[in-house]
Amino acid sequence: MKTFRHTTLLVFLVAGIAGAPALGQTPDQSPGQPRQSGSPLVADLSEDLIAITTGFTGAEVLLFGATEGAGDIIVVVRAPESRVVVRRKARVGGVWINADNLTFEKVPGFYHVAASRPLSDLLPEAVLQREQIGAENLSVKPLTSASEDEIAEFAAALIRNKQQVGLFSTELGEIKFLGNRLFRTQVQFPSSVPTGEYTATIYLVAGGAIIDRTDTPLQVRKSGFEANVFEFANQHPSLYGVIAILIALAAGWFAGIVFRNV
Amino acid sequence: MNIYLPIAEMSVDVFLILGLGGAIGFLSGLFGVGGGFLMTPLLIFIGIPPAVAVASEANQIVAASVSGALAHMRRGHVDFKMGLVLTAGGIAGSGVGVAIFTLLRQLGQVELLIALSYVLFLGAIGLMMLVESGRTMLRRQAGTATRGKLHQHTWLHGLPLKMRFRRSRLYISALVPIGIGFVVGILAAIMGVGGGFIMVPAMIYLLGMPTAVVVGTSLFQIIFVTASVTFLQATTNQTVDIVLALILLTSAVIGAQLGTKVGGRLRGEQLRGLLALMVLAVCAKIAYDLVSTPFDVFSIREISGFGG
Repeated sequence: MKTFRHTTLLVFLVAGIAGAPALGQTPDQSPGQPRQSGSPLVADLSEDLIAITTGFTGAEVLLFGATEGAGDIIVVVRAPESRVVVRRKARVGGVWINADNLTFEKVPGFYHVAASRPLSDLLPEAVLQREQIGAENLSVKPLTSASEDEIAEFAAALIRNKQQVGLFSTELGEIKFLGNRLFRTQVQFPSSVPTGEYTATIYLVAGGAIIDRTDTPLQVRKSGFEANVFEFANQHPSLYGVIAILIALAAGWFAGIVFRNV
Repeated sequence: MNIYLPIAEMSVDVFLILGLGGAIGFLSGLFGVGGGFLMTPLLIFIGIPPAVAVASEANQIVAASVSGALAHMRRGHVDFKMGLVLTAGGIAGSGVGVAIFTLLRQLGQVELLIALSYVLFLGAIGLMMLVESGRTMLRRQAGTATRGKLHQHTWLHGLPLKMRFRRSRLYISALVPIGIGFVVGILAAIMGVGGGFIMVPAMIYLLGMPTAVVVGTSLFQIIFVTASVTFLQATTNQTVDIVLALILLTSAVIGAQLGTKVGGRLRGEQLRGLLALMVLAVCAKIAYDLVSTPFDVFSIREISGFGG
């Protein structure tokens, strides 16, 4: 059912591009040259909202699009940024305790990259760094000063820890081309995915340069019961605490009655 | 079947949590303990953030101790006056405990604090119980029933503010139960336990209460202390996960009833010996995790968006 819907979307997309005269399919146009008119890149997501409900175990979103003419595609999906403390344990008197820490800012809560070819084949290192494509090219900045080596070590640990829980992609996601103009890729979100306004950035790349880019938003938010409980716990903590206690008292009392004669 | 926990912000298998609740409930019914000291480490072990595990487990223990205390009340095994005096100390202690917890959470040392408290208290209590039950078993074999002094007078009996506790047949300073309640309250907040495993020996050995009213009175005061911890954790740390607590208590109450039935068929010292071994096993596991080289010496934590 779901696949069917995606296929239909793709068909419409193809029809749209094929039927648009403004996009003029000049065959002699070499890749790497910016197009004169129209956008050579269109993309969209199968869903623009990931709702975290009671049964949420993670999500899979399909990103699809079409390019005009040849070129490679890079997709970067990122969550809003926040501050993250990285702590390093050290052995003190035989026991491992958190000893040093370094706080980083501008750390995306989720980061995923997919590309139709290895990144190093597509763009020069400088461009990858400037656009922050690839987890190792994220410009996470420490809040306090530290030596270069320290920062590098803590930053690497930060990325490694995020990868371990599936919030940063470890391998480059695959982008499938249908023909040479339609592309699609699946983005996996683990159940621990942070909430907020996400952005999926799609780059059209050719000849070692970015030809076009387009952004598409994605919202991740708690919904229904989960959202209500979370908001209530944060906005009315005292009342939440009282209700938690009352529920427990009632449950314990109820159990006491039920099992009285057992 | 998975369910998303709104406060822990993760998805867990409902049947795993139900199973844990049932198994720990069974053991708590069997041994007459709250089970928090087993449940909290297990919750942390399956990936629940320690702060959420401790706070939600306190909430669950409220329910468990209510149903337990009701059963003891019907048999008249609760010394309400003593319970209330212990509670007064306990509530003050839980406030101090939550404050320590919050401070160390900000310093990134809360896991260490929880682990060290567990190793220290489980180790000490486990050893004491093991020795005591071993002695009883040996005595039973030898067939010589020696009996210690019924009532010993220590400096504790010289303190002011004397109070009469009729049901416990005691006339002692109120400062002693207040002090004990205070210490157990701190531990309850830090370790996510009811504290029965410390309270019960303290009532027997320090207060000299008759064994019959010890468990009921302990459960009675645990209701208030864990309720206080729940409230304070909810207001200061927002870490009480109602959904997690509800799933846990559903199966825990059923497990506890079964455990109580089975427990009735075993001898006291055998039960205590088994419990001691279990307590020591948990202690050993936590101690091992503290000293063994971690998989990654680095760990990360998100700082919430309040500029902090």
